[in-house]
Amino acid sequence: MAYSVKVLDHYENPRNVGSFAKDDEGVATGMVGAPACGDVMKLQIKVGKGGVIEDAKFKTYGCGSAIASSSLVTEWVKGKTIEQALDIKNTQIADELALPPVKIHCSILAEDAIKAAVADYRKRHGEAAAG
Amino acid sequence: MLRLPIYLDYSATTPVDPRVAAQMMPYLVEKFGNPASRSHSFGWEAEAAVETAREEVARLVNADAKEIVWTSGATESNNLALKGAAQFYAGKGKHIVTLKTEHKAVLDTCRELERQGFSVSYLDVREDGLLDLAAFAAALRPDTILASVMFVNNEIGVIQPIAEIGEICRARGVLLHVDAAQATGKLPIDLAQLHVDLMSFSAHKTYGPKGIGALYVRRKPRVRLAAQMHGGGHERGFRSGTLPTHQIVGMGEAFRLARLEMGSENERIRMLRDRLLAGLSDIEHVYVNGDLEQRVPHNLNLSFAYVEGESLLMAVKDLAVSSGSACTSASLEPSYVLRALGREDELAHSSIRFTLGRFTTEEEVDYAINLLHAKIGKLRELSPLWEMVQEGIDLNTVQWAAH
Repeated sequence: MAYSVKVLDHYENPRNVGSFAKDDEGVATGMVGAPACGDVMKLQIKVGKGGVIEDAKFKTYGCGSAIASSSLVTEWVKGKTIEQALDIKNTQIADELALPPVKIHCSILAEDAIKAAVADYRKRHGEAAAG
Repeated sequence: MLRLPIYLDYSATTPVDPRVAAQMMPYLVEKFGNPASRSHSFGWEAEAAVETAREEVARLVNADAKEIVWTSGATESNNLALKGAAQFYAGKGKHIVTLKTEHKAVLDTCRELERQGFSVSYLDVREDGLLDLAAFAAALRPDTILASVMFVNNEIGVIQPIAEIGEICRARGVLLHVDAAQATGKLPIDLAQLHVDLMSFSAHKTYGPKGIGALYVRRKPRVRLAAQMHGGGHERGFRSGTLPTHQIVGMGEAFRLARLEMGSENERIRMLRDRLLAGLSDIEHVYVNGDLEQRVPHNLNLSFAYVEGESLLMAVKDLAVSSGSACTSASLEPSYVLRALGREDELAHSSIRFTLGRFTTEEEVDYAINLLHAKIGKLRELSPLWEMVQEGIDLNTVQWAAH
């Protein structure tokens, strides 16, 4: 399968790989996917004052497109409020990375990872789960 | 000098040996006659070449040349054997037995036979990939007419106990077909000893050209088939179609070289395979898929736990290897062969098949070892599963949000 230049770039030089301590102030974790499906994404966000995502990190078990999708998402969510982060749609990710149809599920998973991380943040901070 | 990428996918196909190509050339331009032309020397010359090649194919497996039928490859041989025997002997019974780990050319043909009214039992294999003989014997019924068991598995390289399976089949009056596409040149095959009735061969897995294969059809006791390709009655009516002389000459020469050289060649390849395994076995959580002893020396199929196979293939793009088999690599499904072994999904997703061959060098193997060390480490740093395992979490206890 031929990969796009952008997928290859994120795969070769993934951005923001790593983990925050789960219980640190403002840290929220979203883990989506399953080993049986061949991909698991863990997205962590660190939310500062005013609900702005100051930092993000990821780890992904999955194909090159899954790694690239989650790497891209860490770049995109930084500096956004959690509400703005929820506006990121899988189609934007798929377009940016020029994912072929068989890899669209990777972008959907990345969108789900954002939702899961935000839900975790809201749970920890007693906000009503929304979005 | 090392040339990249390094080819470690000899079970997908092999290069044509230059000595084979040299034999084929004259039959394209100068000696182009139709072997079926009986009225002039062009035809006689081509026919003689075809018959010499038939002798060579037969000699590699200790059969009679009259038992060899040319086909376009192992897929066609499997189709002809299974459909041909099933249809011819349908009056005796309509049950067929095969394995879940067979090649798609057998499995898909069996599915077609089910559509034609036959019933097929697809047997499980043991965790080591080998057939349980007692389970096989128990699966045979009074109406079983045919069994199909591959000699060497294309993904994991395990060697099925064909001699014992043949004994069981002969005693129960069941015809036995064996797909030997991955076996020729890799282990001795003696059809005078084995109770095998039909055996499929391919040239391009054994340093011959693509597009040519053969089916062995036993004469004593005689095995009959319903032809699947009708026409001019070539190959004694088993398979019509003008014979591709140059391809046949290539297969004959490839099989002749295999007969002469396989002893020393396989020892060399075994040393390289063992070197590869030894070089990788200090990586944590690496598992060999399939039995390591009952296995051809060319094959090493490993699962690198907590690393996904497709991203691993991407990481080692300087190595031409495969995840699953070449026929299924385009799909997102984990290997059905590894699943049949009972491998958990994440291990089935994390497998790489290395297949070594005639032109593999020690230098190439060492390069592969070093590259894999570096890349597995990098991908595990990226893997949330690896992180969890390092933290002591049992992944089986995790509630996954399946999508």
